[in-house]
Amino acid sequence: MKTEEIRSMILEVIHEIVPDEDLSNLKGDVRIRDQIEMDSMDFLDIIMELRKRYGITVPEDDYMKLSTLDSSVAYLEPLLKDT
Amino acid sequence: MVAKMPDETRIVITGIGLIAPNGNNVTEFRRNLLAGKSGVGKIETHYMGEVIAGVCDFDPLKYQSKKELRRGTRAGSIAIYCAHEAIADSKLDLESVDKSRIGIYLGITEHGNVETEHEIYNIKQFDYNVELWSHHHNPRTVANSPAGEVTLNTGITGPHYTLGGACAAGNLGLIQGLQMLRLGDVDLALAGGVSETPHTFGVFAAFKNEGALASHPDPQKASRPFDRDRNGIVVSEGGCICVLERLSDVLERDAKIYGEIVGYATNSDAFDFILPNAQRQVECMNLALKKAGISASDIDIINTHGTATPEGDKAECQAIREVFGNNSNTYINNTKSYIGHTMGAAGALELVGNLPSFEDHIVHQTINVDNLDPECALKNLVINEPKKVDKVDYILNNSFGMLGINSALIVKGFAE
Repeated sequence: MKTEEIRSMILEVIHEIVPDEDLSNLKGDVRIRDQIEMDSMDFLDIIMELRKRYGITVPEDDYMKLSTLDSSVAYLEPLLKDT
Repeated sequence: MVAKMPDETRIVITGIGLIAPNGNNVTEFRRNLLAGKSGVGKIETHYMGEVIAGVCDFDPLKYQSKKELRRGTRAGSIAIYCAHEAIADSKLDLESVDKSRIGIYLGITEHGNVETEHEIYNIKQFDYNVELWSHHHNPRTVANSPAGEVTLNTGITGPHYTLGGACAAGNLGLIQGLQMLRLGDVDLALAGGVSETPHTFGVFAAFKNEGALASHPDPQKASRPFDRDRNGIVVSEGGCICVLERLSDVLERDAKIYGEIVGYATNSDAFDFILPNAQRQVECMNLALKKAGISASDIDIINTHGTATPEGDKAECQAIREVFGNNSNTYINNTKSYIGHTMGAAGALELVGNLPSFEDHIVHQTINVDNLDPECALKNLVINEPKKVDKVDYILNNSFGMLGINSALIVKGFAE
């Protein structure tokens, strides 16, 4: 997947999880949970969705690497390069 | 008659919120009951394909966000909808009452089957990889979930829990609310029951395999209590929540009073896992009458439990015959013939469909009785046409369930 495709995919997943939130102005370099209403169970939904869609298992120690949109893209890029 | 109770211990119904397969408020529900309009249709289930069921049509987004809807359960959505409608109907402003003094007591036949079955169905697509089992499963399936969802949605901070009472649960919710008000634990109770049961195949499959699932070419004819050709239960969803208050509080604010709960009873057959026991049903109804301080001849309407199983209907008719004999003023009807068996909601839902009788003096009919079973031919059984009567002062509502749980609730038309 290309960088932009990964970014779109993440936004699509977030939209499914918090459908009431407006994601159009989500800043890439600010913690996602500081910009929209999202709790720890919602965050686990993202982890679950990545596992379900792409077979990616994110270790708990790496959860912080998914805190912003930009860091999520950077973290997932190598894992999704062949998809 | 027993001595008149003080207003502080008299519990009245001041608001109703409901979702039934044939109506989403009391007016609509009542209108369809009097018109003989069924709400039974067909739905698609996992593994079993199309089944006959009573399914409700309401907009959960009227009171929930999309996220709440995704996180919660169908029973929770039904409960939230009914709770909001009940409060609105009571004319109370939720924001101006003490939310810590409101209790939520909801009867459930079962909870968690739907959510568990769906998780298993989902991981089946991934070769049963349990790493894909949702972390939402536990909060969705804890037994208090439908009532707890109401608190999350409304900010009510008083007690909330469900009452597992098989198919007697709707009555139990109302009884619990009454008791907590009398104890002074709360000042307002949201009490009733909910059912999301049609969304799991397991209940249909189990009823089918025990020969107790209704079948008929026309779904609207499938639920036929007291008919000679009845062949089982139509599984349905629904909900009904009543606002219960102490009369002393209500008189201060001049609210509409649907009726006063004057008697109730629950007991156990101690007899069989699924078979009914007429003698214990007799004891249950007699105990409710005794608590109400009235005699059998005072009851004007009996809403039967009647699920349309051959044995269940026969036992209840036998019990009613023994308690009510040939009372000329006691009329008998059935609501499941219209909406199927709304499980945890049934007790409350079927009761409130009859409450307008206090005002209009009409007893709604039992539909789908084409050939009355002689063993169910009770005197004054109202079938296929509504019956105008001289007076309606007392209504008795029966709800019985598996493992031999019986309940009877008596409501009196309000008079100071």
